[in-house]
Amino acid sequence: MSLVMFTSLPPFALFFIAAFILLFLNGKTGSLVASILTVLVPVISFLLLLQWDHGSYGGYTLLGLELQLLEIDKLSLLFAYLFHLAALLGGIFALHEKDRVQQITSLIYAGSAIGAVFAGDWITLFVFWELLALSSVFLVLARRTEASYHSSMRYLLVQVLSGVLLFAGALVLINTTAVTTVSRLELKGLGPWLIFIAMGIKCGFPLVHNWITDAYPQGTPTGTIFLCTLTTKVAIYALARTFAGTDLLVTIGLVMACVPIFFAVIENDLRRVLAYSMINQLGFMVCGIGIGTAMAINGAVATAFNHVIYKGLLMMSMGAVLYRVGHVDASHLGGLYKSMPKTTVFCIVGAASISAFPLFSGFVSKSIIMLEVLKDENIIAWLLLLFAAAGVFHHAGIKIPYFAFFHHDSGLRVKEAPNNMLIAMGFAAVLCVYIGSFPQLLYSLLPYAIDYSPYDITHVLTQLQLLFFSALAFVWLNLKGLYPPELRSTHLDIEWFYRRLFPKLWRWFVSRVSAIYDSAASGCDKVVQQLIKFSAKNSAPAAVLGRGWNVNSMILALLSLMIGVLVFNYL
Amino acid sequence: MTEPKSKDNDFFDKPATIRWILRVFYSICVLLVFADFIVHRHIETAIEKIPAFYTVFGFVACVILVLLAVQMRKFIIRDEHYYDEHYDESDSQPQNSSLEKGDES
Repeated sequence: MSLVMFTSLPPFALFFIAAFILLFLNGKTGSLVASILTVLVPVISFLLLLQWDHGSYGGYTLLGLELQLLEIDKLSLLFAYLFHLAALLGGIFALHEKDRVQQITSLIYAGSAIGAVFAGDWITLFVFWELLALSSVFLVLARRTEASYHSSMRYLLVQVLSGVLLFAGALVLINTTAVTTVSRLELKGLGPWLIFIAMGIKCGFPLVHNWITDAYPQGTPTGTIFLCTLTTKVAIYALARTFAGTDLLVTIGLVMACVPIFFAVIENDLRRVLAYSMINQLGFMVCGIGIGTAMAINGAVATAFNHVIYKGLLMMSMGAVLYRVGHVDASHLGGLYKSMPKTTVFCIVGAASISAFPLFSGFVSKSIIMLEVLKDENIIAWLLLLFAAAGVFHHAGIKIPYFAFFHHDSGLRVKEAPNNMLIAMGFAAVLCVYIGSFPQLLYSLLPYAIDYSPYDITHVLTQLQLLFFSALAFVWLNLKGLYPPELRSTHLDIEWFYRRLFPKLWRWFVSRVSAIYDSAASGCDKVVQQLIKFSAKNSAPAAVLGRGWNVNSMILALLSLMIGVLVFNYL
Repeated sequence: MTEPKSKDNDFFDKPATIRWILRVFYSICVLLVFADFIVHRHIETAIEKIPAFYTVFGFVACVILVLLAVQMRKFIIRDEHYYDEHYDESDSQPQNSSLEKGDES
């Protein structure tokens, strides 16, 4: 392959080529090549991506439709950089993992996410949208437990449903407007609504959010890092591109930001706590997209960027605990700072970042959205987001590190996380602090020009007040014994409808139908039995039909029959 | 799991440490309330004019969050294996046999 050909490959191609090569390698060389590729591919692909200029590339025609493989602008580039970073972090974190299924599918998964953000038309977007679903499901399936198997099947159903809705919406849209390019849409008519719902499912909108809290805690320790950094962020990108400024999104975002934190407070599985907290963070981004001003979009995109790093970091720290301890149930953890001190420090950095402490990355992005909500003069929305921001600190900032690493000593003595995990977490932690301290680099990548300085005294003071008094509430509730104990339990959510009620209704329906069928069948059976008995009785030698007739009565019968026929003929 | 107990660093388990951490924490909280009266905050909305608004809001919001969550839990808590039973009831077989490692190709 000549160098020119190599550099003109579409930005997602290297990931797919690497995955294809790995298909044919096994044994020790296979493992070595896989380890090298999972780290090298994101780096090389990123360097190659830097040479691409804004514009449209790779136009092709399919079934008479003009399609565009690559549409490169600031928005898609930012997300592509982000996904390269996520693939690299996840790749390093998974280096010890020799499971080829995960190595191959995570490469395809990252490549699909990059392909999706560059897709210039709906059909190309749909293809990558479905590839995201098909590749990511293996990262749950690869846990190889019965629970993860069922969870992954539910995950796949929801994800494919989203893809089918996107495709249907795209076809309706193309049919009515003849426009194939992915561009801004008004939420009017069937096509845009279908697309909106498809994106909403992938983004974890209320009522369709449970796939996140169902599948992510079931994923493998390393696979969940990819899961939590890619799929939902592709949805955020797609929403920002197509539905920016849609008022409905503000309401949806507020529900997403406020409701899941209640579940996060009482949830025991710490990776599920992170999944609920992720919906809360997505709510902030959806709100920003709903407001739709240039600054609000900047805020949403910057939050998505930082979120991938700090949520990835928190998920990595819990992945490391899961890898060493075998579970992440808060009720049976505690005191791990003694045996996993480095992981503890990285987890605290992630917690400080998601809580938006000054000098950590959340501080420089979330406030942009809050400020735009205020400028929009939507005080109620602002108060709700402030409530959600305090709540984040409470359940993600304090609860995760406190119950895993401090609290009462659980007696668990494990080894520190493997070196590759520590490197990945350390890298993410450095990025959190760097972006938080020097936000200008991130700001320069944002899609719109930005003139914002997060570090003024009001912002720093008010944020510190909010956070410290949230922490004070935690301390006070704990001292008073009002804080809910961590319990191994299941908490019902919307998923109850499709995991419990609908299967029950279905089984009831099936049992009713089969009962009706059974009684009808036995009824018919009885009638036939009676008929057989009746005819057998009447055909016996001495019965009406079986006995011998004398000549007179036979002639009489014959005569009556002939008269009958004659009369019938004349009628 | 092999680390000897004597090497344990139980710094954060000592009551004295916890007492000191809490003391520092409370002092910072008090300082933050004082700072509110010294620093001139930019005000964007009327509600922010309330003295020490963010401290009150942060505390009250979190207390409400936890107390409401505790009430909510009473209604939605179920056994740990609540959903697993469902699989036992129906005759669905765990189809894990096809998921052996290296089965991807």
